[in-house]
Amino acid sequence: MARLLKVFYTRAGRIIINGLWKDNPIFCMVLGICSSLAITNRLENGLAMGAGVTFVLVFSSLFVSLLRKVIPPRARMIAYMVLIATFVICVDQILKAYFPDISKSMGPYVGLIITNCIIMGRAEAFAIKNGPIYSVLDALACGIGYSMTLIILSLVRELLAFGTLAGIKVMPSGWENWVVMASAPGGFMVLAVYLWVMRSLARIQPSKTDV
Amino acid sequence: METNPILIFIAAVFPHNIALTYILGMCPLIAISKSLKTAFGMGVSVVFVVTSTAIINWLVYNLLLVPFKAEILSYVVFIIMIAASVQLLEMILERFFPALQAVFGIFLPLITVNCIVLAVSLFMVLRKYDFVTTIFFALGSSVGWMLAIVTVAAIRGRLALVSDVPKGLMGAGITMVILGILSLAFMGFAGMVRIQ
Repeated sequence: MARLLKVFYTRAGRIIINGLWKDNPIFCMVLGICSSLAITNRLENGLAMGAGVTFVLVFSSLFVSLLRKVIPPRARMIAYMVLIATFVICVDQILKAYFPDISKSMGPYVGLIITNCIIMGRAEAFAIKNGPIYSVLDALACGIGYSMTLIILSLVRELLAFGTLAGIKVMPSGWENWVVMASAPGGFMVLAVYLWVMRSLARIQPSKTDV
Repeated sequence: METNPILIFIAAVFPHNIALTYILGMCPLIAISKSLKTAFGMGVSVVFVVTSTAIINWLVYNLLLVPFKAEILSYVVFIIMIAASVQLLEMILERFFPALQAVFGIFLPLITVNCIVLAVSLFMVLRKYDFVTTIFFALGSSVGWMLAIVTVAAIRGRLALVSDVPKGLMGAGITMVILGILSLAFMGFAGMVRIQ
């Protein structure tokens, strides 16, 4: 137990805890909402989006960190963009080749991983200042923290909207599908409840200017 | 499927509102909707940037990428064109319209990572719009987004005066509830005009 506690206080341990819990991209920093709502009406889409974002996050953080001494500060935004877009093209091509159904149902949202603020945020806040190993660790923790949220949201929404989990029917026969959960309003409401629960658990203090 | 540009415009503002049905551009919608004035400023800047980048990206895609069969590069090219034109716009404003720059200057760097700018370009490719339709679609989408952010800001301003929001729900949470109710209301427009 003491050894386990010690792990928490190493640098790597802290980075992982922060990514998963204290700085969780969704409920603390409220970043990357667009993709987390638009595609989480089915579990497989949530999983694919989580994996895609984690992949792009890890590789763009790695390369930003490796190139951090070469990238001129004034042109760093463009440099991030090009790196991120390159890895998103990889994800898009992989999805198109191996999972054409998922690729079709996600439509333009695969391309929109480029403008997911989490990736840019981690590059700017962490990878540009730190070495490659810690950057990859940070990206991985953030990516998993993000995927966790996507999976929770899509589980709830798929269950309520279609009565299924990953395509398998689980609700009893009298179950009436709650179709609005699959579209935008349901997404907003489920996320509102999720934010409420998680922010109360994590005891995040709202800023003074917040309504 | 509808092809009349005017109807595409109406469709993009109401039944296919880019913020409330496609859930795009959420980060600024949450972060900048605290006061009506800044929300309006952000909205106007977005209308301008989205429309001009959609025109540029349509030209680049159809005149450069398609003839050379380089569609795979479209993500990189689009995002670079967006970043470059935002930078250019900032410089033009700084040089010729310093008064406008003082008002809208702070929003411009944020717009580069606003998903709706890229989303409009991606939708335009996906739905194979022609040049005129693209302009009306881009205009409609951005006006629709502006409508959403201004409405949310107005509601939040009123809420700040009278409501007693639970602590965990403050900020992003209550904004999500507002957006949920608004998008339920906008579902009422569904079926008005059909686009793909």
